[in-house]
Order: sequence, then structure tokens, then C-alpha cells
Amino acid sequence: MLKQEFKVPKSLKTTSIVLMMIGLLGLIIGAVVLLPGDALAQTQFWASLMHNAIFFLLISVGSLFILSATSLAQGAWIVSFRRIPESIGSMIYVFAAIAGVLLLSFVWTNNTNIYAWLQDGFNPHNSLNALKNIFLSKGFFTFWTILVLVLWSWLGVKLREISIKQDTDTKNSTKLYWRNFNFSAGFLFVFALSLASTIPWLWIMSIDSHWFSTMFSWYTFGSSFVSGMSMIMLWVLYLKRKGYLDVVSEEHVHDLGKFMFAFSIFWTYLWFSQFMLIWYANIPEETVYFQIRMHGPYRFFYWLNLILNFVCPILILMPRPNKRNYFVVSLVAVIIIFGHWIDFFQMIMPGTTVKENWDKPFILSLFIACGFVGLIIYLVANKLTKAPLIPQNNPLFKETIIHIS
Amino acid sequence: MSIKKFAVAVYDDEAVLFPAVKKVRSAGYKIHDVYTPFAVHGLDVALGQKESDLHIAGFIYGITGTCTALGFMGWIFTTDWPQNFGGKPHFPLPAFIPITFELTVLFAAVGMVLTFCYLNQIMPGVKKHIFHPRQTDDKFVMVIEVNDTNEAETLAILQSTGAELTETQVAESDWWYGRFDIKEDYEIQQQLA
Repeated sequence: MLKQEFKVPKSLKTTSIVLMMIGLLGLIIGAVVLLPGDALAQTQFWASLMHNAIFFLLISVGSLFILSATSLAQGAWIVSFRRIPESIGSMIYVFAAIAGVLLLSFVWTNNTNIYAWLQDGFNPHNSLNALKNIFLSKGFFTFWTILVLVLWSWLGVKLREISIKQDTDTKNSTKLYWRNFNFSAGFLFVFALSLASTIPWLWIMSIDSHWFSTMFSWYTFGSSFVSGMSMIMLWVLYLKRKGYLDVVSEEHVHDLGKFMFAFSIFWTYLWFSQFMLIWYANIPEETVYFQIRMHGPYRFFYWLNLILNFVCPILILMPRPNKRNYFVVSLVAVIIIFGHWIDFFQMIMPGTTVKENWDKPFILSLFIACGFVGLIIYLVANKLTKAPLIPQNNPLFKETIIHIS
Repeated sequence: MSIKKFAVAVYDDEAVLFPAVKKVRSAGYKIHDVYTPFAVHGLDVALGQKESDLHIAGFIYGITGTCTALGFMGWIFTTDWPQNFGGKPHFPLPAFIPITFELTVLFAAVGMVLTFCYLNQIMPGVKKHIFHPRQTDDKFVMVIEVNDTNEAETLAILQSTGAELTETQVAESDWWYGRFDIKEDYEIQQQLA
């Protein structure tokens, strides 16, 4: 008999609550120490909060993207553990609310320390056309942010709802399966216009208001995809360790490992494409972005980023037995998530007023990250208890059991 | 080159083939090879074959490509004929990366294709015995090496696994250079039979 009903183990609940407490404590201490200070201190606080809010929102959306893409491709391998990305996806609204409130409050309080383009009479003098002025305006920012966050949250909840309804549907009925298929297609359309193109430009790239790179969104998408995959991997391995998810075998873990491996290289490819064109053209207004990161105070994070996100996954995950070893893949998953967290840190911090003073925001960010990790564990674990862990009525259920990677 | 005697069983369906492979292996026979018209998932596991070392060869070819590209370009632009391109250093690593990447892929791909062909004994102009003409069409063929003492009992156990045709063939087990000529192969069998 399959263990279907997930009960949150006491240890997991305690861990998540302790992590949330640490995060909250860090947040309070940070607020008490930094908020009464000058513009620099205040920005240090807000930028670290923003870094974590955006990162954890984007990796949740990345997980939902993985679910939708495999549903659309009719991939059977994900069916055995699709409750995990579904649960992560249906929790997007919490992170969307946090990030949305934060970003909109920056824009509507004219926080020019973070978004320099909010200054009166700001002229992106190197912009090629006037459209950039429309794109970087309060109205468009608010409209587009709210629209995208609502769509992400709604589709995340909807995809899970359809999938759960299918459990009690009549046997061998494929109506809900195709409904899920269509909604996945809809989500991918929204995703292509949001995370894969406009949202990273609007939220992150606009911090360095004069600088722009068309690769930037794809590079951010690569980050969120591979971290989302690693997060799913950690959940799968945790549930397997606790004796759930019997239908998930080494073969499924191997496939997840392959995705982590392949998309780490994909991320590096995009990162390098962005870097090399700027490096080769050597135009001062473009290289200024890399000056502070490569040769300035962020060079440690810059190289650490490459080591954690490229060198570690490619060398550790290359041999086949390593992708089937639960300890090794979970270690690499943690490395990848941390590495991309560092990546987002060095994307966001140098462009704000924080500039070279990264020490306090880094420590604060670590604390807040603990809080977000605790929150994600708490919410997703609770969500997982609400429905059977294995979607048995799915037409691809048999195929997922006999799946061979 | 060595001429050997083989017991050949022809199956109609993979669903029959799998239990047959299991039965023959558990009876203690060593299967020479199984020929299928398409890649049958899980057959390698059922046959108890160990994982191929092809990917290790691929890694070595890839590293060779990386070293060749970096070494050659580095030698040219630092020692043999240094030039100044837009004020870049003489060893501009980022500019070398695309070419290094391409050569890595090229070396790994070509090397692995050739190694694959060698391991599977396929190459243009090279000949190999075909046990059943429809083994690349719609039949599944299992081949076991036999000698005069165990020939009859092997054929009997193959018969019992649901094969639609069982027979003994005397054939060359390795590949050889020559034209792809069934008649010639047939004559060898006639002489040895």
C-alpha cells in the first residue's frame, strides 16, 4: 500500500518555525539598526529585503514553469512527483504579495536610492528611443507588476486545483487532463511575457538605469529555472527519505539531476554571452556594469558565483553514478540554490546606493534568506498534506512508474 | 576471425523476448547478443550488461579538444605571431571560449562516433554476419553460442520460450573487411556444415 497522506513531521515543522524566527529576528534587528540611519543604511536594509523577496518569488515561479512545460510536453516522468511543483506553485501568491508590496512601495515612495530612474526629470540619455521612458515609468511599473503577480498567483492555484480535481474524476476520463494542458499553455504564454522577458528588466535591470542588456532576462530565467529544479529535487529527496513517494525511483532522480546539470550549463552560456559581447565591444557605458563586479568590491561574489553555479555542478554531476546518488544530488542542489542566491545578490546590490558597502546587507540577507526558506518549507509542507501525494487518476500514471531515464 | 556455432531464436514480439531473456539467463546460458529492430528500453538491464564506458571516452576526447584549442590559439597569439586586436591582451580568454567550446564539442562528437562504430563493429566497407534478414525489420533475434554437446538442449530451451523459429548457424563472430555479400557468407556456412 502506497503512503499517500503526507503528515508534516514534527522535526520539519520545528525547523521551519525556527528558520522563520531567525529570519524575523534578523529583520527586526536590521530594521532597528539600519532604518533610523542615513540613506545608505536604509538602502542596505531595503535592498537585502528586496533581494530575498525577488529571489524566492522567482524560484517558485521557476518551479511552476517546470511543471507547465513538462505538462505541455506530456512528460510522464514528472507525474510521480507533480504534487511538489504544484504545491510550490500554489504558494506563489504569498511571495508575490511580499515582493509586490515591497516593489510598489519603493516606486510610490520615490525610493531613488534603489531605482534611480524615479528621480524627477530622469533621462536615460543612452536610450535608443523614447519607449524606455514609458517602460520605466511609475504607471507602467505598477500596472505590469500587479498584472503579472496576479496572473502568476492565479495560474499557480488553478493548475493545482485542476490536478486535484482529477483524483476524484471518473476513471479514464481525460477531460481534466486536457484542461490542465491548456492552462499550462496559458501559463507558458504569461511566463514568456513576464519572467522570460520583461519582469527581470523592470525589477532588477532597471536598478542600473542607464545600463541595459537584452540577454539579462534569459540569464535571470536560467537562474530561476535551475534553482527551481534544485528546490523540487530537495523536496523529492526529503519525502523519499521519510518513506513517501514510493513511485519515484532512481530514474526520476537521475532525470532531475540531468536537468540540474544541463541548465547550469545553460545558465553559464547565457551569462557568458552577456559578458563576452560587452567585454569585446568595450564601450564604457556598458562595461561600467562589470567594472564594479569584476574588479571592484564584488569580485569575490563574482567569481564565487561562477564556481558555485558552473564549476561545481558540471564537475560533480558529470558522472552518471553521481546523478543517481541521493546525497550527492542533494548537496549539489543546495550549492546551486545558494549560488544563484549569490548571483541575485551581486545583480541587485552594486547598482543601488549600497555600492561597495556590501558587508551589512550580506549578513542581513543571510538572515532574511533563512526566514524565507523557513516560510517556503512551512507553506509547501502544509499544502502537501492537503491532497494525496500521488495523482493516481492521471492518464500518464502507469508511464511514470515504468519510467526509465 | 573465428568461426563459431550459434543457436538462433527468432521472436515476434518484445513482450515474448523479455521473459525469454530472463529464462535463458536464469538457466545459466550466456547470451551472445540480441538483435532488435529498435532500441528496446530495459533490455540492457535484462541482459545484465554493464554500463558502457563510451562516455568516459567522450570526456577524454572533449578535454583533448579543449586543450588543443586553448594550446594552439595561445601559442599562436603569444609566441608565434602576437598581434594587437583592439587593445585586448595577447591571451584573451573570453574571446577564445567560443572556439574552445566548438572544438571540445567537435572532438567529443567525432571521437565518440568513431568509438561507437568500433565497439559495435560497424563501419563502411566492413561486413558482419546477419543471423536473420528481418532482425532490422520486425523480428527480435536472440543468439547463444553453442558447441556440439549442448546444441540440442539449447535449442530445446529456446523452443520452450516461445520462439517462432529456432535454428543452428555456423558463422563468423567478428567483423571483417569485404563487400557486403550474403552469398559468400552462405558458402562459408555450407562448407563448414
